[in-house]
Amino acid sequence: MSGVGLEKDTGPAPEAAGAAGALLELRDLHVCYGAIEALKGISLTVAEGEVVALLGANGAGKSTTLKAASGMLAPRTGEVLLRGERVDGIKSHELVHFGIGHVPEGRRVFARMSVLENLRMGAYRLRRPDPDDLDRVFSLFPVLARRRKQVSGTLSGGEQQMLAIGRALMGKPELLLLDEPSMGLAPLIVRQIFEILKEINAQGTTLLLVEQNASQALRLADRGYVLETGTVVMADAAPALLSDPRIRAAYLGEVPE
Amino acid sequence: MSGVPATAARTPLSAAARLRKGKWYEQPRWRRLGALLALAVLMAQVTGEQGVRNDLFHALEQNFKGGGVGVWVGIAVAVWLIREFFDDAVARGVSRLRERAGGPARTVRATSGRLFGRRGYRWGALGALLLVLIVLPLTVTTFWQQVLVDQIGVYVMLAVGLNVVIGWAGMLDLGFIAFFAIGAYSSAYWTGGLPVEPPVELNNFLVIPVAVVTCLVAGVLLGAPTLRLRGDYLAIVTLGFHEIVYLVAKNYAEFTGGTRGANGLDRFSLDLGFWSYDWTLDPVPYYWIQLGFVVVIIVLFLRLEHSRVGRAWTAIREDEVAAAATGVNTVRFKLLAFAIGASTSGVAGVIYASKQAFVNPEQFVVLFSILALSYVVFGGMGSVPGVLVGTAFLVWLPQFLRDRVDPQDRYMYLGALLVIMMIYRPQGLLPSRRRQRELRMAGEGVSGADALGARPGGERG
Ligand SMILES: Nc1ncnc2c1ncn2[C@@H]1O[C@H](COP(=O)(O)OP(=O)(O)OP(=O)(O)O)[C@@H](O)[C@H]1O
Ligand SMILES: [Mg+2]
Repeated sequence: MSGVGLEKDTGPAPEAAGAAGALLELRDLHVCYGAIEALKGISLTVAEGEVVALLGANGAGKSTTLKAASGMLAPRTGEVLLRGERVDGIKSHELVHFGIGHVPEGRRVFARMSVLENLRMGAYRLRRPDPDDLDRVFSLFPVLARRRKQVSGTLSGGEQQMLAIGRALMGKPELLLLDEPSMGLAPLIVRQIFEILKEINAQGTTLLLVEQNASQALRLADRGYVLETGTVVMADAAPALLSDPRIRAAYLGEVPE
Repeated sequence: MSGVPATAARTPLSAAARLRKGKWYEQPRWRRLGALLALAVLMAQVTGEQGVRNDLFHALEQNFKGGGVGVWVGIAVAVWLIREFFDDAVARGVSRLRERAGGPARTVRATSGRLFGRRGYRWGALGALLLVLIVLPLTVTTFWQQVLVDQIGVYVMLAVGLNVVIGWAGMLDLGFIAFFAIGAYSSAYWTGGLPVEPPVELNNFLVIPVAVVTCLVAGVLLGAPTLRLRGDYLAIVTLGFHEIVYLVAKNYAEFTGGTRGANGLDRFSLDLGFWSYDWTLDPVPYYWIQLGFVVVIIVLFLRLEHSRVGRAWTAIREDEVAAAATGVNTVRFKLLAFAIGASTSGVAGVIYASKQAFVNPEQFVVLFSILALSYVVFGGMGSVPGVLVGTAFLVWLPQFLRDRVDPQDRYMYLGALLVIMMIYRPQGLLPSRRRQRELRMAGEGVSGADALGARPGGERG
């Protein structure tokens, strides 16, 4: 069965409707939690087919940015544009249908469902799920195929992270928002997950990636933004950021000479 | 003071060893015995002789002298011994029994299969069960007919509805009886039984859809502002809602008839032109109405359980943020569960009011919400067969005990049974797979495996 009416996952097709081919654009976004202003005017763009990394210290507002982009939070002012169309104010469960997948911070798998049930739940938005999607996820994450019957809450942290990513992929997102996919994982698994993210991107999904692991993230990413207390303080191509002494000092633990 | 922690510091290893084993009273096995013995003494005190003024422990004293305590303690120890030490033997016995019952079951299945086709044997078996349930009231005394309708039928409907709210959507609703009351008062109002005249008088059969809509609206009105709350908060709010409904029924006398309620309500009647029937004092025809509704409701609910709706409820129960991220409209599905439960309760209320031919506030005290909840938990939250069997059994039990024990002690036996059940089989009589999993995982320390999906310290979007 061919996915009728569903976005074909072919590489970056530059049929840009919005500003300069941007898939996602945030314009001067202000988000508040009660009286606390967590985002004080964030602007960023993610072009189709890109991998964009979002770096910043704890509490800088990275997760908040992703939540605003996926509709979990409504911005106080500012705009969220998807292919040039405003989508801010649309609830997350609706925004899913616009092709935004969000892998939230802390994995949040459905702990008492099996791996397979979790993945099926990921395809919830599709009336007629494509069986190929499941095969695709299983080929990306062979561990999940082996553990398909296991209750997800009993998976290891790394396996749960893979499941969370796999679940989001089941919804056929064009843009995948990933909040710290490497949190708490062993270096080997981190490398593995980044390999898989690269593969996912190569298959045509655009990625916006929040990471503490700056070196891995910047090696994968095309471009990067650095956030500090709710504002963008740096934006550049990934290699440039990777060699920037300030970044090296702040995020790669190097002492500036 | 000086040198207090000396012993602990000097013998760290033995302290560790002691901690590792735990004190004897910290071991679950002995704790369970303790609970059972306490329960035994309580049973002796409550079921023993009548109390005497100024002598709180009169009954217990008499019991100790007469050996009544011994019987209860004996029962407690027996339960404990069987569950702790002969569990394997019991399990083996059960499986052997099952094997032995397998023979007849196979012939039934084979016959049914021959009659209804390969995959139809299930339907055959269910049909046979339904047939038994249809003729059941004709084979029992009038007393049991009344029990079937006023108690078992009512509570089964309530429990099946409550199961949607609590078992499937994971919302703790303690004000469930309020909707039962709304259904009952709807019946009274629309059939012209209340002090205020309705715009048109309706037949009770027509009141049912009206009551369903009323309860849906009431459920949504209550639900919309409160469904952001979780677990215990929601429970308190629903409790408050019940109290409002109850107090309105009690005090708004110009409308509801106040404490005395309303008498002589219309009963069900059916007039199809060529054939008409009036329901009277005879409980059996009401039973058939209830049975019909229960069957329809269960068929609908089971279809829901395995549909997108059921999956959405499960996801919400697990993690609301993640559910929303996969495209589940959490607010809508929570409201839906709430409204479905409410309207089921409302239908039960209409049938009840019409059967009783009177309504008054005391029929809707909060105790009945609690009872319905305990039936659901006893049967197995989230499992329709469990809820059916559990409710029928628990409602039947006090009636069965009526002539066998002191009538005022009947609910004590019910309580004791519930306590034992929660000690040894917290998942309920016929648990759903998910609930079993949930309790096992809670035991294994998997986070977020709390009974009602309330996770400590978790973020709620
Ligand atoms: N629900 C909330 N209520 C109040 N304040 C919040 C809430 N969520 C986040 N904040 C605050 O907003 C700021 C940004 O939080 P955010 O979660 O976006 O940080 P982050 O960049 O993702 O940090 P980390 O790297 O630690 O995950 C923080 O100061 C945080 O305390
Ligand atoms: Mg974060």
